[in-house]
Amino acid sequence: MTPTPQAASSNHPQPAGEHSLTALRQMILIRRFEEKCAELYNAGKIHGFVHLYIGEEAIAVGVIAQLQPEDAIVATYREHGHALVRGVPATAVMAEMYGKQEGCSRGRGGSMHLFDAATRFYGGNAIVGGGLPLAVGLALADKMAGRARVTACFFGEGAVAEGEFHECLNLSALWKLPVLFCCENNLYAMGTALRRSESETDLCLKASSYEMPAWPVDGMDVEACQDAARRALTAVRGGGGPLFLEFRTYRFRAHSMFDPQLYREKQEVEEWKKRDPILTFGARLREAGLLDDNVLKSIEDDVAAEIDRSVEFAEAGTWEPVEELTRFVYSERTRP
Amino acid sequence: MSAEGAAAQTVRITYREAMRQAIREALIRDPRVFLMGEDVGRYGGCFAVSRGLLEEFGPERIRDTPLSESAFVGAGIGAAMGGMRPIVEIMTVNFSLLALDQILNNAATILHMSGGQFNIPLVIRMTTGAGRQLAAQHSHSLEGWYAHIPGIKILTPATLEDARGMLWTALEDPDPVLIFEHGGLYNTEGELAADAGAVEIDHAAVRRAGSDVSLIAYGGTLGKALRAAEELAAGGIDAEVLDLRTLRPLDTESILASVTRTHRAVIIDEGWRSGSIAAEVSARIMEGAFYELDAPVARVCSAEVPMPYPRHLEEAALPQAATVVQTVRAMVGKRD
Repeated sequence: MTPTPQAASSNHPQPAGEHSLTALRQMILIRRFEEKCAELYNAGKIHGFVHLYIGEEAIAVGVIAQLQPEDAIVATYREHGHALVRGVPATAVMAEMYGKQEGCSRGRGGSMHLFDAATRFYGGNAIVGGGLPLAVGLALADKMAGRARVTACFFGEGAVAEGEFHECLNLSALWKLPVLFCCENNLYAMGTALRRSESETDLCLKASSYEMPAWPVDGMDVEACQDAARRALTAVRGGGGPLFLEFRTYRFRAHSMFDPQLYREKQEVEEWKKRDPILTFGARLREAGLLDDNVLKSIEDDVAAEIDRSVEFAEAGTWEPVEELTRFVYSERTRP
Repeated sequence: MSAEGAAAQTVRITYREAMRQAIREALIRDPRVFLMGEDVGRYGGCFAVSRGLLEEFGPERIRDTPLSESAFVGAGIGAAMGGMRPIVEIMTVNFSLLALDQILNNAATILHMSGGQFNIPLVIRMTTGAGRQLAAQHSHSLEGWYAHIPGIKILTPATLEDARGMLWTALEDPDPVLIFEHGGLYNTEGELAADAGAVEIDHAAVRRAGSDVSLIAYGGTLGKALRAAEELAAGGIDAEVLDLRTLRPLDTESILASVTRTHRAVIIDEGWRSGSIAAEVSARIMEGAFYELDAPVARVCSAEVPMPYPRHLEEAALPQAATVVQTVRAMVGKRD
């Protein structure tokens, strides 16, 4: 079994207040960043498919802040929030949205394919379910090399219908690999409701059939997400094999920028918005005396400034020369 | 010992044993190398290539997988990104279609899509080809199809030297390499230098020099081309046989050089004619050596049918030396 260093470097104990305000700020950053992306999309600055995470911010913030720098993340095409929380600079993410070569994937990937080697952020995978095998492999490499790392793999509930989901849960449990499966169940696979696509809609039941712990988590509550992630990571790092978290959440915006949302009632959306993770957490912080209008304003101002900088950075960015079109089809580095 | 003496030291060996020695050597040389696939361990490999390796290297490095092609091929990609050097075995090319998502959307794509950040030093081996009465779901030759995909390399060892030597070179490559082993070759036996080792994988090889026609073959069709050349020689036609060895990237220079010497070309390919690697080779000859040609390029490919079971129909569906001989005779005859 691999050695398990006790929470090494990044989890410096913080005052509860500061820690909470950091989480609030991260959620606000994702929210405002994506609102800006929608605006820039409509202004013709960003193209292609853009999938907004608005409403689901508590999950990325809750989970990723609990990871160590040496852990890995595999995410989906709805990954702006995950990249930002992981520490991919907003400037590099925004430049990627623009398709500029200063972007975190050199502009090659766009919204759906954010990659960042420095933070071990392995995409940005836009084939539903396609990221799970990568996570299994990253965890396999860690286990074989005796490294006590975890790979956090995010995917939507739509992936549960893919064969790769079942293959990967089985394989990782069979080999006791350190994968934290984070299913973001926002109830709709694009426009197909879970109840219309799954004979068994209890996702934890499915996961636990592969002999791994599976816990449902309130994905609208950042503290619940933090708590579940912390406990889950301790278990996974302890060498017990993978663990499955089902975050019950909701996407407030359309699936992508081309979605008239014919498949769900406006009333349903409004009901879920009452559970907005930023508003509810903000209210809790106010009750605890940790947040007031001034503090909130300073967070909002700080976030606005960061986003402004990211837009300026992206605007000032440059296009990769067409001569470099075929670079990186194959590696340029010398052989190891 | 003199150079001649050293060169003369050979061992009698089968293609299967040469492959096994290559895998064994890789496992010994590099602790990051491991073999993963269906029945590679306890069973000893579907085609007995890995027999004995489990006993020598243990179940961590000779890793039996569930029948989950997408998961274990994807896990190979993830493990490669995580610093390992996996050799993933897929039983047959037909089964590899279950992993095509991982091969195309991830292995071939991530380096470019991530702006050069994540290379994937992965080797995938699989059996290809017909001739053993295995019918239509175990017998196809899809290596030409895979050669359509930029971002991966396609090797087709046809000789003992290449069976022994291509693997190590592939493992040293920073990018994904697919090795297609023709199932009809495993039992072929011959002399191999006792000190045989890694071979380059960038060039086609002239296996028989000639002046009247270029027979361009690879993998399972090389032997047929050589037999056809012998028969043609008996009739006074001097055929050159070019072994493509690597289907991507194609060694266009060697193809054009051969055709420039002989002024005629017949491509022998077990793939279906339409959209085949033979079509690609033919196109490159047209583009690069049109005015060297004394006759239209000809192709001897598989009949465009799913591979049938009974021997006489399978033989009728496959390229045969006799067909090559007829094709060449007709071609030379037309000129005169």
